[in-house]
Order: sequence, then C-alpha cells, then structure tokens
Amino acid sequence: MSNETAKKIATRDAYGQALVELGHANKDIVVLDADLAKSTKTADFAKAFPERFFDVGIAEANMIGMAAGLAASGKIPFASTFALFGSLRVADMVRNSVCYPNLNVKIAVTHQGLTLGEDGASHQAVEDVALMRAIPNMTVIMPADATETKKAIHAAANTYGPMYIRMGRPGVPVLFDDSYEFEIGKGVQIREGNDVAIIATGVMVHIAVKAAEQLAKEGIQARVINMATIKPIDADIIVKAARETKGIVTAEECNIYGGLGAAVAEVLCEQHPAKLRRVGVEDTFGESGTPDELLQKYGLTAENIVAKAKELL
Amino acid sequence: MSILTQEQTTQLAQHAGNIRQEIVKMVAAANSGHPGGSLSAADILTVLYFHEMNVDPNQLDNPDRDRFILSKGHASPVLYATLAEKGYLPKDELKTFRKLNSRLQGHPSKKLLPGVEQSTGSLGQGLSSANGMALAARLDKRDSRVYVVMGDGEIQEGMVWEAAMAAGHYKLDNLVAFVDYNHLQIDGNVEDIMNVHPVDEKFRAFNWHVITIDGHDFEQIAAALAEARTVKGKPTCIVANTVKGKGVSYMENNCGWHGTAPNDEQLAQALAELCGQGGDK
Repeated sequence: MSNETAKKIATRDAYGQALVELGHANKDIVVLDADLAKSTKTADFAKAFPERFFDVGIAEANMIGMAAGLAASGKIPFASTFALFGSLRVADMVRNSVCYPNLNVKIAVTHQGLTLGEDGASHQAVEDVALMRAIPNMTVIMPADATETKKAIHAAANTYGPMYIRMGRPGVPVLFDDSYEFEIGKGVQIREGNDVAIIATGVMVHIAVKAAEQLAKEGIQARVINMATIKPIDADIIVKAARETKGIVTAEECNIYGGLGAAVAEVLCEQHPAKLRRVGVEDTFGESGTPDELLQKYGLTAENIVAKAKELL
Repeated sequence: MSILTQEQTTQLAQHAGNIRQEIVKMVAAANSGHPGGSLSAADILTVLYFHEMNVDPNQLDNPDRDRFILSKGHASPVLYATLAEKGYLPKDELKTFRKLNSRLQGHPSKKLLPGVEQSTGSLGQGLSSANGMALAARLDKRDSRVYVVMGDGEIQEGMVWEAAMAAGHYKLDNLVAFVDYNHLQIDGNVEDIMNVHPVDEKFRAFNWHVITIDGHDFEQIAAALAEARTVKGKPTCIVANTVKGKGVSYMENNCGWHGTAPNDEQLAQALAELCGQGGDK
C-alpha cells in the first residue's frame, strides 16, 4: 500500500483511462453513454474510438437494451451513466434484457452514493447495490481506488457475464500500487490484526484504514479487508476473519439494507455466527452537501467505525 | 408484378396453417398462454422465416444470420410453432410449452431455446436489443438484418420511443420493426385504453421509413420486406393491420382470447377451421 497522503484520483477518472486502454487492446469493446460522457469519463474513449462509442441521449432504458443487443452479437459493451440511472431507473431492463439471457454487458456507473455530493438525494444512489445483488447472474464490483478501478475494468472486460461496476465522483486516495492483485470475487486483506476485522468496500476502504490506525493507537489491532466484489462475496475471507477476531465491522457507502453489510451478515449467519456491526447509510435519503460533509453527517467516518469496533471487544 | 409466385403463396399458406394449428394445440395442452396475439402475428412470422430471413437451424451461431426478436414475448406460441415448423425443435416438444423443465417458457428465453435471439416478455424492450444487434452488424460490416415484432399495445411503453428515436438517429437501415396492429390489448380496445393512433406518423416523425399493409396478406408482407431492403439510411416500420385471433372464428377480434386457453371442444373446432386454411389434417 502506498502512503495515505498520496494524491487523490477519482475512480471515474481511472475508468476513463482503463476504457481507452481496453479500446486499443480489444476491438470488440464498445462504450455507450446517456449524455453524461464528460462526467462518467467515457468522453476519452469517444474521442479515441468514435465509431465504437454511442451516446444514446437521455434514454437509459434504451441504452441497456442496446448494450444487450450488442453483447448478443459478440461485442463487449460498457454502458455508462450515474449509479442511480444505471440501476434503479433501468432495473427491469437489466434483469430481463441482460441478466436473464446472461449477456456480456458491463454496466459501469459513476457518481455513486452520498459522495456524489451537491446534487442531493434525487441523484445519490444508496440502494443500487442491494438491487443489483438481487438479480441472478449479476456480478457487483465496487473498487476502492484508481489502481483497483483500472484492474477491475480490465478484469470485467476479460470475464464473461453481466457486471455492475460502481465508481465515484470525487478524488479518493490511491491505496494500491501496480503490484496490487485484483481478482473478481476475492476479498483482499490489506492490514493485519486479530482483535477485530473491518470489511470495507469502495470509498470506505481508505476510511477503514484510517479507523484501523486510530484503533492501533489505543492498542487494538484491526484487520482490514477490502471487499471490492460484493457479489459473489468472498465467504472464505469473511469466515476466516470471524474465526480469528472478536467480531466484524462492515463499512460501505450504501444503505445498510441489502449491501455489503447484509452480504457479510448472510455469510456469518449461515457459516460462522459472529458479532457484526454495520457502518453505512442507515435507511435514509441523503441531501445536498460536499462529499466530506455528507460522510460526516451520515456517520460514514473513521470515528464511527472505531466506535462500532470497540463495541465488539 | 407480384413478389410471390402462386406456388410460394401456397407453401406459405401451408406453413401458416400448420403454425396456427400448433399455436392452438400448444396453448390448449398447457391450458395457459396467449393465442390471440399469436394468431395475429402468424402470417408475419411465416413470411419472415419461410421467405425473408437468412436463418438456418443447422447454423445457429452463423454470425451472418439474420436476427428475429419477438418483442411481444407473450405471443411465444407463434415463435415456438414457427421455429418448430422451420426445424429448430421437434414439433412434439411443443406439448411441453409452459410446463416444468421445458425449454418453451411462458415467454421466450434466449438461454434455453436455440433460435431465440433475445429473452422477451417484459414489454417494450425488444426494439432496443434489435438496435444493438443492428449496430453490431454495421460495426462488423455484416449483411445481417434484424427483424422485430411489437404489439400495438406494447408500443404504449415509453422505452419503445427511446429505441425508435435511436434507430432513426443511427440510420439503422438493416432494421425492420413490425407493429402487429390488432387493436386489442388485455383490458380492451387499444384505442380506448391508450390510443396509439397514428402509428405510421409517429414512426415517420422519428425518421423511419413506414409502410402500412394488411398483415395477413403474404404478398403485401413480402413486398414490404422487399421494399425495406431498398431503403437506405432509415429503419423501416411495417404497420401491419391484423386481426387478433386470426383464423379461428370464435377468437377473432375478441380480447377475451388474449390470454385464454381453448377447451377440448373449442380446440377441435379451431383445428377443423384451420384445416381449411392450409393447415394439415
């Protein structure tokens, strides 16, 4: 892991870069966007490969259906929009046109969760992971930083099947260097510790690391696991953490109902009952504000993770 | 000058009659399904599969094949019966329609049944998938053409118009969409529930080439498809005026037969009537 004080890069920026790399590597990669190419960073791909880029306008349902048709004919479409519009708005199309026929469509969304920020609750998807996780055949991935995003996008392009890849708008610290190994469906332990375990995903991973550092100052050693794939969830690493620590705290920028915390709870209840605390959006809508202000107000903080971790000891 | 020879017309009538018989038989056997909208689209699918499309059940994965999407997926009996008539599956298998462990799901499943190009049933989604297939063919410089059948009630779905806009925008001249205009939906007359008229002007406004035909006249269907092949820079919409339940007297123009299965007596009458319309005894 690189230094926490390193520069910040938005995962959406890494997405744009990865798409261009893929465009050069594989002529079957096509990209669709719904009038948000500058925001989702697909504009770089559009510039490099105009014949393989389709801006469908403000019509997300048709975008998902078109992606399905392209995939049915052998293309690898990346359909891009904000998280809200790539999930809740088009749930039926994702389910019936993409996942039921098990087509090779990648739904790559940016502007995830509360950290979308000032646009407010109407645009802040916190329910999308729960929804996408409930659709058969769908893989759900939430990278933690720019490095992992690039690797996840490459892995998605090289692995058959429908995928929902969730990325963010503001810059986040670069946690991993190029030697970091990403594998779909595998959690990665990024900090050792046997007192408690923090399992985090997406933007909450660097905050979980901060929480572990605070706990260490109090003599509490927290294991930190980056769970970039929410579905299929890495049950082995969860059970191992449950066996080797006094309990687990999950941290995510999603509603606590149906997201990472719920997925971890399912594994624990069925395989190795253990104490669990969930940090996430507590079944509420967000509001306008800066990303940092929102993370503070809604309890998505290192302090909250620390407090929950101490409840387990 | 006609497109079809007398012999071709006779053969198409035979296929359509067989397909109609299988439709009523399979819905009766399942005691479930949608005969009305299947019968209304039977002549369209007959011309597509036995005159127009480059498809071969022995070359399922041929990338140059034409694609067909039944967007009005509840009319699955007409698709299954047509695929069986074409040799994609044994006719005997049609008996398994809507039964447990069957490849013939209530609505078409791409994963289960070879020859089904897209899973459909949730209305309004087929045209978007067709757009993607038409774009892929263009990208790969293939001659594949993509055909879609939508219902007149189905085009009440907003997504259809997103897709229509996109097809016009991308000038998808390798795409043909039929509207099976039979004037009936589950709750009653399309004009009373939510009037879709004028369909032709709507598609024209979205930059489509539009042809209006009698959807039960093989010659008109074949001529419209031939005309569509000559159109450059625009997708073609064929507004096919049809009769719901066509070919079975007591089902015709009766919205009660949208999603109802015939009993034994009704089935016998339907089969007897269809024998006189080209179907085998």
